[in-house]
Amino acid sequence: MSRLLKAFYAAAVYLFLYLPLAVLVVFSFNDSRLTLAWKGFTLSWYVKLLHNRTLLDAALNSLTVAALSACAATVAGTLAAVALSRWRFPGRKSLSAVMYVVMMSPDIVMALSLLVLFVSLGLPLGFGTLLLAHVTFCIPFVTVTVLSRLSGFDWGLMEAAMDLGASESQAFWRVILPLAAPAVAAGWLMSFTLSLDDVIISFFTTGPTYEVLPLRIYSMVRLGVKPEVNALCTVMIGLTLAAVAVSHLLLRERRRA
Amino acid sequence: MNAAPGRRGRARPAFRLTPFRLAACYGAFAWMILLVALPHLLLAAASLAARGDPGYLDFSRLSLDAYARLLSPEFATVFASSTALAGGATLICLLLGYPFAWILARAPRKWRGFLLLLTILPFWTNSLIRTYALIALLGAKGLINAALLGLGLISAPLELLYTDFAVFLGLTYTLLPFMILPLYGSIEKLDPRLAEAARDLGAGRTATFLRVSLPLTLPGVAAGCMFVFLPAMGMFYIPDVLGGARTLLLGSFIKAQFLTARDWPFGAAASVTLMLLMAVLYAFFVRSGGLGAAHGARRRAA
Repeated sequence: MSRLLKAFYAAAVYLFLYLPLAVLVVFSFNDSRLTLAWKGFTLSWYVKLLHNRTLLDAALNSLTVAALSACAATVAGTLAAVALSRWRFPGRKSLSAVMYVVMMSPDIVMALSLLVLFVSLGLPLGFGTLLLAHVTFCIPFVTVTVLSRLSGFDWGLMEAAMDLGASESQAFWRVILPLAAPAVAAGWLMSFTLSLDDVIISFFTTGPTYEVLPLRIYSMVRLGVKPEVNALCTVMIGLTLAAVAVSHLLLRERRRA
Repeated sequence: MNAAPGRRGRARPAFRLTPFRLAACYGAFAWMILLVALPHLLLAAASLAARGDPGYLDFSRLSLDAYARLLSPEFATVFASSTALAGGATLICLLLGYPFAWILARAPRKWRGFLLLLTILPFWTNSLIRTYALIALLGAKGLINAALLGLGLISAPLELLYTDFAVFLGLTYTLLPFMILPLYGSIEKLDPRLAEAARDLGAGRTATFLRVSLPLTLPGVAAGCMFVFLPAMGMFYIPDVLGGARTLLLGSFIKAQFLTARDWPFGAAASVTLMLLMAVLYAFFVRSGGLGAAHGARRRAA
């Protein structure tokens, strides 16, 4: 393949990936309700979003669940990453196997298995069940991210800290965590994004008492294109892009250090 | 997750449990047992239960009824169309993604990071939103029809939206990044000198690709196909948003069993089919050495 052909092919694939999103973003600023023709710039659809009570409630719910599940998953996932890279403990293989199951299992299977669990336990679907579900699918992503930072980690540092009198948990807090901090932060951001964007698992694990943004969007988009939906989606895309860009920068530090 | 712990070549003392180690080794483990392993088993058990009224499931009467009903023509149609659509989308993603990943992996080093980031961003963007974004392109007054009409290639708008083709395109569009990333991982690791050696020894371009490069990147191919095919079977919101028959995908069928038909054992049995499919693909995938590639892809996506 000649260089020109390669550049053309790559550009075409990027166009395929980005054109629909670009159109969506552009039309969220379009001053027309009905047509897909450009009628001038407006922010009125965004202002409309700010006055939509149910939408704001759903957004607040989404952010709450995303922040809480990211925190819980980061704690559990980071500890698991340390354990997997440091110790050969009984059950180590099973732990990594079950983490792979979570990452591979189609969302709908994860969602239904959790639904059956919650219903069998008699738990009412809502905030609590949604949080449990989100923490569950976030943990492996944190673990994988932190684990890759810990590969090649000099465990002598931890031993040195302990020789100098630190307890194991002190050595973790004062030595390992600061060194793994960028990956831990990236893991948090990724969990936050995953939770904020999840549709299928939320669909089955929350109830009418606790609606989240992707489900609100789901019920809105089934009715076709609307400028308010474009505006809302643009906000969501913006949040995702920011989170991914920041976590990308955090993880790049490693290569420079 | 396969990094060998500790230092090599030194006798390791037996693992002693301290409170900190208990939390680190078994905290997430316990969570995963309770919220992944147990629920998956429960879902499998649900497929053997009977329909119960208040709790939706009655575990006192176990039977294989739900599986007998999986043999019905109704389910066979869904399964066949779902497999065809998901398989077709996987194939197109592979054909589109392989050359692309190749170009990316062989791009000048200073550009590579940025180009990769451009591929990772859609990977993380909500796929429901990405599906919705397609409507503006596919509609009767959408961008594609406007362009074709403008160019005079067609005289009346094509019916693209709310067709099976739209669903197929939706699957391909949303899942393409999931194919590219693992492919990129294994192509980047491929030593270009191997292909050069094959060429020096007299192999043609095609033979070099088919007998050297492709086999060595097979782990990435296997990982990518798994990341596209399995989710594709379950993405019920794509037919909901882009149209096509409502029972086109296995996911739509399962969702209907759980939510509208309220036939949980039947829905669970259909989910078990998907789990078995995953297990079969997973076994094939581990044998092809794809586990490392999958791990690399997830890490790279970070």
